[in-house]
Amino acid sequence: MWDYTEKVKDHFFNPRNVGEIENPDGVGEVGSLACGDALKLTFKLGKDGKIVDAKFKTFGCASAIASSSVLTELIKGKTIDEAMNVTNKDIAEYLGGLPDQKMHCSVMGREALEAAVDNYKTGSTEKRKLQGKVVCNCFGVTENEIAKVVMENNLHSAEEVTNYCKAGGGCGGCKGEIQKIIERVQGDKITDAPVSVPKKAGRLTNIKKMQLVQQTINEQVRPALRAHGGNIELVDIVGNKVIVAFRGMCAQCKLAEFTMRDVVEAKLKEFVSDELYVEEETGSANEPGEGRE
Amino acid sequence: MNIVYFDNNATTMVAPEVFESMRPFFCDNYGNASSMHSFGGSVAKAVSNAREQVASLLGCDASEIIFTSGGTESDNAAIMGTLVSVPDRRKIITTRVEHPAVLEVCRSLEGHGYEVVEIGVDKNGRVDMDQLTEAIDDDTALVSVMYANNETGTIFPVEKIAEMAAAKGVAFHTDAVQAVGKLDINLSKSAIHVLSMSGHKLHAQKGVGILYVKKGTRLTPFMQGGHQEGGRRAGTENVPAIVGLGKACELAAENMEKEKTFVRALRDSLEKGILETCPDSFVNGDVENRLVNTTNISFEFIEGEAILLMMDRYGICASSGSACTSGSLEPSHVLRAMGVPFTAAHGSIRFSLSRYNTQAQVDFVIDKVPAVINRLRELSPFVTK
Repeated sequence: MWDYTEKVKDHFFNPRNVGEIENPDGVGEVGSLACGDALKLTFKLGKDGKIVDAKFKTFGCASAIASSSVLTELIKGKTIDEAMNVTNKDIAEYLGGLPDQKMHCSVMGREALEAAVDNYKTGSTEKRKLQGKVVCNCFGVTENEIAKVVMENNLHSAEEVTNYCKAGGGCGGCKGEIQKIIERVQGDKITDAPVSVPKKAGRLTNIKKMQLVQQTINEQVRPALRAHGGNIELVDIVGNKVIVAFRGMCAQCKLAEFTMRDVVEAKLKEFVSDELYVEEETGSANEPGEGRE
Repeated sequence: MNIVYFDNNATTMVAPEVFESMRPFFCDNYGNASSMHSFGGSVAKAVSNAREQVASLLGCDASEIIFTSGGTESDNAAIMGTLVSVPDRRKIITTRVEHPAVLEVCRSLEGHGYEVVEIGVDKNGRVDMDQLTEAIDDDTALVSVMYANNETGTIFPVEKIAEMAAAKGVAFHTDAVQAVGKLDINLSKSAIHVLSMSGHKLHAQKGVGILYVKKGTRLTPFMQGGHQEGGRRAGTENVPAIVGLGKACELAAENMEKEKTFVRALRDSLEKGILETCPDSFVNGDVENRLVNTTNISFEFIEGEAILLMMDRYGICASSGSACTSGSLEPSHVLRAMGVPFTAAHGSIRFSLSRYNTQAQVDFVIDKVPAVINRLRELSPFVTK
């Protein structure tokens, strides 16, 4: 059971400002049913330019509901500019802290606020737009969003990033990429042990190569395929040719040749050796010595 | 506050008779069953008696029972032990809805040159028998399919699958942790080679279980470093727990009819009461063919952890397949494999009963749940009514 503070329990069992404001000045909707939590924030501005009322509706766990309730309390009476200074840390601190794995609930509050203010300023009713490259496909989290939570909350590990914005919390296939974003943002401040990333060998013996290829496929490729009902099998390694077979959903995917083979090859080049290339096993037609050599 | 414990698939109360049977083996009969003195010898007799009690419930020979530290160890031992025994075969067949004690062990072997085939299930959680039949081949080392699912209670046709595997000379293991004590099992008439069970799911204590290994089945020991359990599981016997497990099996046999009638009636009453009072709710799993004590109900558009916490204020204990309760970010792998939509998977609640529950408790839950569901729906942005 989660160790929630009294404050979290209070705002969960007795949430403030539940509902939707009619004819609001700003509406922000973030999250989805698929993701497991979603928040709709509405606010109304007074003549003095201050938020006179704010209401929320939330689908989610206790900490998501409590975070939403606190968000409305924090922004009431503030001008738009003042409200935009409210961070996910403010929400978490107001609640006396949240369990590590629940920090994303406070981030969702902050995102809803940004969306609502954006709606007020531009009239845009679009849901949060994807800005930049999507890193985590399971939860649709972009590079920019990850960099932002890393910076604002001074995060140092992929696990922390998952706690704050869910990225990496599905199949886990993007953890290597998240680690790189952390390293880029934090520079040499990294102190925590990074996630398991295969290390390129100095001198690549055959044994070392086989181990690294196996490790890269196990840790960097398979989880992502598994999440979509597929799988990959390492069939053989001949020189620099890595022969793989796709199973399950991946085997029937018409795009397999153009997408999965390229993804696997890119990962192997990155983590093992630039000279490696990937071929898909094609039934009986895999005579040794064939291919680009 | 009175506790209404409807989470018996997670763990159960130790039966008072079980506790009493264990008591002498702490401060009085504390000898080592392997010792040469008669003080230890009497303990060995108690272990032997427990083995008979377990064998009697399962309809097998006492020599086919190995005591372990629980369901997870039994599953690990069954899988690893079988694979080591047939090193030339490299394929494992299991299902997408297994307990992690099976599924994660199998998946970890993929990194060691094994091919793992996970058979899918339909929307009622029934295993795809065609896919299974097709998958079993000459390279298959092991087929492992659970007896009944812990989340939905769906019962699998394991006897039939065991026969299919045996016909092709392949070992068959079943995780029967949820089934033993709730379903009639007679292993002497079964093709099942290896079966796991756990003590604390049938009113014995936590930390004890058994592995059944049919005579003639090749299984390499998982735990090494001692001659106990006929050299098949090293480690000094957990005597009080084993004695308690024996007693629990005896009680389970005596209460089997009560499970099928009384517990089933309670479950049906609870399920009917909730479905009638809570709109947009439905049962997950194979309602025709499931454990008599389990109901898994999805409440659409709300989230499971929030439901559990609100029920907790009334002392009602249940489980959820929602993402938040597990600390992971995705809902139950069982419900996802069944294709339960996200609108419902996050809001799934499992109630699992036992013979120690009462109709008054069921009535209390039926009285409290609708208000909890309504309250959370008032908060949900996906409910517009």
